Amino acid sequence: MLKKLAVSIVATLSLSAGAMAAGGSGHVDNVDFSFDGPFGTYDENQLQRGLQIYTEICSGCHGLKFLPIRTLGDDGGPHLPEDQVRAYADYYEVFDADLDDYRAATPNDNFPGSSLENAPDLTMMAKARAGFHGPYGLGINQFIHGIGGADYIASLLQGYTGEEKEEAGTVLYENTTYPGGWIAMAPPLYGEDLDYADGHSNDLQHLSEDVAAFLMWTAEPKMMARKQAGFVGVLFLTILSVLLYLTNKRLWAPIKARYKKT
Amino acid sequence: MGGIPHDHYEPKSAWEKGLAKRLPILGLLYDTLMLPTPKNLNWMWIWGIVLTFCLVLQIITGVVLAMHYTPQVDLAFASIEHIMRDVNGGHMLRYIHTNGASLFFIAVYAHIFRGLYYGSYKAPREITWIIGMLIYLLMMGTAFMGYVLPWGQMSFWGATVITGLFGAIPFIGEALQTWLLGGPAVDNATLNRFFSLHYLLPFVIAGLVILHIWAFHTTGNNNPTGVEVRRASKEEAAKDTLPFWPYFVIKDLFALAVILAVFFAVVGFMPNYLGHPDNYIEANPLATPAHIVPEWYFLPFYAILRAFTSDVWVVIGASWITGGIIDAKFFGVLAMFGAIAVMALAPWLDTSSIRSGRFRPMFKWWFALLVIDFFALMWLGAMPAEEPYASLSLIASAYWFAYFLIILPLLGVIEKPDAQPTTIEDDFAAHYGGDDGGSAPSAQPAE
Repeated sequence: MLKKLAVSIVATLSLSAGAMAAGGSGHVDNVDFSFDGPFGTYDENQLQRGLQIYTEICSGCHGLKFLPIRTLGDDGGPHLPEDQVRAYADYYEVFDADLDDYRAATPNDNFPGSSLENAPDLTMMAKARAGFHGPYGLGINQFIHGIGGADYIASLLQGYTGEEKEEAGTVLYENTTYPGGWIAMAPPLYGEDLDYADGHSNDLQHLSEDVAAFLMWTAEPKMMARKQAGFVGVLFLTILSVLLYLTNKRLWAPIKARYKKT
Repeated sequence: MGGIPHDHYEPKSAWEKGLAKRLPILGLLYDTLMLPTPKNLNWMWIWGIVLTFCLVLQIITGVVLAMHYTPQVDLAFASIEHIMRDVNGGHMLRYIHTNGASLFFIAVYAHIFRGLYYGSYKAPREITWIIGMLIYLLMMGTAFMGYVLPWGQMSFWGATVITGLFGAIPFIGEALQTWLLGGPAVDNATLNRFFSLHYLLPFVIAGLVILHIWAFHTTGNNNPTGVEVRRASKEEAAKDTLPFWPYFVIKDLFALAVILAVFFAVVGFMPNYLGHPDNYIEANPLATPAHIVPEWYFLPFYAILRAFTSDVWVVIGASWITGGIIDAKFFGVLAMFGAIAVMALAPWLDTSSIRSGRFRPMFKWWFALLVIDFFALMWLGAMPAEEPYASLSLIASAYWFAYFLIILPLLGVIEKPDAQPTTIEDDFAAHYGGDDGGSAPSAQPAE
């Protein structure tokens, strides 16, 4: 009885999940990122390319105020050598309350916040725009394709149609991914906006995906450590379950055998 | 301690005797652990252990998180990111704690619906049931306040909406709301008191859990047949029961390990699956999110809260009779708390003398509908407040109340129950003895 009920409930929930996905606002394309799925990892080179785009283009308006600059050198991140992290920090100026003045940033400082008032901070944007693969349904989609935030960012950057309109003194740009269809941010990338040192393709799609991957890392810097801990946890708990199953079976066997009719 | 006769602890060595004379704690532990437990318990009886584990897990992870968290409106959101980035293992601690809350609620709903199906709330276990409902209420309060602490958009706006419910109470509402918030709106004072209470309430829950366990150890466990353990003599009781240790401890630990394997897969591979993305945006009192949605475990009752709008005839009627004191908003609040209250009153609303749903042919179907209703409400709670969801919410809410207030009292009178096994032993023998085993008429275990 209860089993039947459970099956029908699962069926109902998965049906409603399909309905939800269809009703979403804005069009998001799924991107096969290297970090999707339970064994997915960040691609160090991609994160470094994304950092370059962020630095040269996004940081003009946006900030990453929750991200310590030193973490650029972390394992499972862009993994810059220490001297490069130091040199990179020098690039920014931060406000020091003790000096009551601006000074060059050090690796221990966080990235500066947004310099343009209406530009949101990007540190957690990949998680704040994560609704695309969830939270409804059974989560299989999210399990395999990831949380969806990076896919959203990559789609958004490629979603401009070229249409513009002016509303109350603000120019809005039509974007097929943005909820509502009109976004205040001018198209930041057109393709070939910068050259990669490693000669990687710099067309619009690759630029968008690289910066989206970088922003996924800024939002979830410990993802690789987390997946590893999760995997080890599941592995050990599975072994423990098998052992406890066998223990339980053996423990109850004489009790159940007492009622076995031969 | 228990009403079921069994062997009690006998101190043997000199120091055990000495300790027993001064503090009989070993006897208490022995009696608790060796409690005679019906041997036919099925897999729905594992949730108590899961819940106990959850409480301990949440307290341990929570205490460590509190060491790194800052309950101040300008710093709270950043301190969460500090935990996620700088604290050793902090990201795992936090994800275990947030997903632990979901596991806690999955387990408590399974536990409650098990009780509702097998009639665990019926005499003599009413006090166990009532204490359980108090624990559930405190859990909701604790979870709600915990969700406010990260000070994201959903934290802030969820707190604004939910505390606004108290503002709907006539005459004293506004004053009450201000008193709860510590000011005219959700702000630093609110965050501080929520943090304080979020830390306190789990220990109140722990105290109630001890009472909950004490109560059902006194009456003995219910079981899938609802038939009581024979307790005329120790020998007779031993035929129906087995000691909790090791038989049920090992069984429950096995179930817990399986559940934790799934839990760890969620924490490791999709920890934000059950959370709302907006909570990764810092709270901003000037920007209201498009949809304010509570956490999944509140959705069924949130749907009931929203279902009673001012164009529903019961609301119009209540408003007319009370001269407008009960308006739609207050009616919704009453309905939401009423939905939990009718559940708490189940021991007195259910008139059937048969405890277990297994032997109640009509009840089974109404109960199945209640479970479906619960999930339907959960789904509706997440939908925007528009048609057709509004009408569906109203129908689903109506069934929730009808089940407890009309169907349960009526079924006891009109239903003709199936034959029950005479003893728990018969049920067990029928299950494990093959086709001709045992004399029990029911060879249909629920699991």
